[in-house]
Amino acid sequence: MSTSVPTADNMQVNDPQLKGKLKKAERFLKIRALLLVAPLVLFVLFTFVFPLTEMLYRSIHNPILVDNMPQAAALIREWGQVELPGEDIFSEVGKALVIAREQKTIGRIGNRLNSEHSGMRSLTTKSARKLGKYTGDDYKTYMLGLDKRWGEMETWSAFKVLSSEYTMTHYLAAFDMQYNAKGEIVPQPEDRQIYIDMLLKTLKLSLMVTVFCVILGYPLAYLLSVLPSSKSNLLMILVLLPFWTSLLVRTSAWIVMLQSKGVVNSLLLYLGIISEPLDMMYNQIGTVVAMTHILLPFLILPTYSVMKSISPVYMHAARSLGATPAHAFIKVYFPQSLPGLSAGAILVFILSIGYYITPALVGGRTGQMISNLIAYHMQTSLNWGLGAALAGSLLIVVLVLYGIYNRLVGASQLKLG
Amino acid sequence: MKIKTLVAQLPLAVAVAAASTGVSAESLTVVSWGGAYTESQVEAYHKPYTAETGTKIISENYSGGVAEIKAQVEAGNVTWDVIDLEKADVIRACDEGLLVEIDPADLPDGDDGASAVDDFVPGGLEDCGVANIVWAKIVAYDESQFSGNKPSKMVDFFNTKDFPGKRGLKKTPKVNLERALIADGVPGGKVYEVLSTPEGVDRAFAKLEEIKEQVVWWEAGSQPVQLLADGEVSMTTAYNGRIYNAAAVEGKPFTIIWDHQFAELDFFGIVKGTKKLDESMKFLKYATDTKRLADQTNYISYAPARKSSIALVTDKMMPHMATAPENFGNAVPVDHAWWADNQDELNERFNAWLNK
Repeated sequence: MSTSVPTADNMQVNDPQLKGKLKKAERFLKIRALLLVAPLVLFVLFTFVFPLTEMLYRSIHNPILVDNMPQAAALIREWGQVELPGEDIFSEVGKALVIAREQKTIGRIGNRLNSEHSGMRSLTTKSARKLGKYTGDDYKTYMLGLDKRWGEMETWSAFKVLSSEYTMTHYLAAFDMQYNAKGEIVPQPEDRQIYIDMLLKTLKLSLMVTVFCVILGYPLAYLLSVLPSSKSNLLMILVLLPFWTSLLVRTSAWIVMLQSKGVVNSLLLYLGIISEPLDMMYNQIGTVVAMTHILLPFLILPTYSVMKSISPVYMHAARSLGATPAHAFIKVYFPQSLPGLSAGAILVFILSIGYYITPALVGGRTGQMISNLIAYHMQTSLNWGLGAALAGSLLIVVLVLYGIYNRLVGASQLKLG
Repeated sequence: MKIKTLVAQLPLAVAVAAASTGVSAESLTVVSWGGAYTESQVEAYHKPYTAETGTKIISENYSGGVAEIKAQVEAGNVTWDVIDLEKADVIRACDEGLLVEIDPADLPDGDDGASAVDDFVPGGLEDCGVANIVWAKIVAYDESQFSGNKPSKMVDFFNTKDFPGKRGLKKTPKVNLERALIADGVPGGKVYEVLSTPEGVDRAFAKLEEIKEQVVWWEAGSQPVQLLADGEVSMTTAYNGRIYNAAAVEGKPFTIIWDHQFAELDFFGIVKGTKKLDESMKFLKYATDTKRLADQTNYISYAPARKSSIALVTDKMMPHMATAPENFGNAVPVDHAWWADNQDELNERFNAWLNK
């Protein structure tokens, strides 16, 4: 194909003038093509690449101490974490706290330190108030007398962790680890470990949703592709109608259906099949059921469009050569439908990993996913750095999984239609 | 035809655009929690303010927290002017430099002549906020779900044997750990002392563990009322005004248990970077004066944060207030300074505990 397209390079053109003209025309075409995609590129840049990079940057950028108490931060960076800091560090920190109080940055500094070590907020705000009245020059003795926490290694380790402009502390936290008082990386106490569990649970639930979507969607897509169009169009509308309905409406509808006094439970109780209402809402069952329903069209549509392009001739050929229906299906039909199925499955899986609204509404205690924790850190705890680190970790996990998939199946096998 | 209608509508469109720019020059965006609470504020503060000054008030809703203010201030695009916040958020937002500082000396005196500092209830004046109401985190139950023995004490919330049914709890460790300790026998006044020790925290979580399987967790203030109404839970923690509204206005058989209520304050604050600082300040002073705070009690059962306003509350509404003597008996004040110190660690532990 490519040889039939004349370009300046592959054509044996000897006339330099013509060559130049051809190049000019090509350049014009290139510029035109670039201008045509420019709005999209700019859109993606401003609404996706730029905010995403900014957010990921927050997960390692940590300017609070460097900006607000530069001298003290520089000294603490050199501190070896073997014994309590000396008078020089105490006096720099003491003076910096007084200045921070005057500049009204003490609250922000305190809150940030507090997320590394509990109690730092009150320690810094209280000490800053008292240090403002201190006129002597033996800060170490004075501060140790003010509050015994100034004599604890954990206090100074919190300062040390935040003394550099860039830190991995959020990523450590995202994987249930932390720096101890000596600056070594250790696991979080067991009763505070949550993120790895949550990540695994997110992957597990997403996998379940994907498997259910495949089980429910594949036969339906097949039916759609073989029915005459008068019937398949009607079925298609039934698939698309929920797809066009608001996500919130569909999720709320599942609450009505599955809650303990909901439609399903009432019916089963009435029929005498169960004697106690089943717990199907506000747990993992609720999350998986609602998400499977919501994401089903994403599996059906690509699978259907690939199946539609498979000629029935192959199956007839296989049958006439003596294959049983099952054998013909597995050996002939299924491999041809696989590109659509795997595209649909990966779409469902990746959408599920980042799902937020449905688990938040119907997940209750056990049906929460990692996005709910990211939202929690963005909205409630205001620890945007940790939220960004969790989002970054999720991105890495998705890329790794996609890489594995690519090695096993090959991305070129994906087909959306 | 299409062009004709377009031309015909053009002057109208221009007029609308002109009117909307005209309005925005003298309008104020006041943000609050929505539902019956916002309605009470519209009636008691916004409408009379607009009538007196001509300034239009745009009422917006949010669900608490500091994230949206932080985003507006950091982006330099502040669209909210005055905001209704709970105490923990006022402290947090002030720490982060997101709110304008308010000098109590600027606030009007009470009707009885007392200065603002003396007139507001204890803790009612923060560096960046002026209290408007006193509300309570209480336990409420659905009468129709208990045929014989009805719960009467906060402790009954943890007793699923004598008082069966699911429980609604807010998805946060705050106040829940306190309730758990009180149910485990710690006196209300000693709660924070006990919680300051690792054993105390373990004890609180162990008590919560007893009812963990029975709990439906809620997040927004309207949810517990819905859970009760749907029969999903038989008892829930909630905000007293919401339960009052469901009972008084919608006639639901819900009863509030005032025993060991947790009294809280809500505040008005002004978002730093607002383009209408003077107007915002004017509204804040107006809305928190004696008469306005007393007026809002006619629309919802939240007590006014000024002592001079409490004197003006009608006899009909008084028994539903968190501050009514018969309700306030063993109320526990929430220690926000303690929570500011310990919230990061306890929230993390709480989230991990929930997930197990």
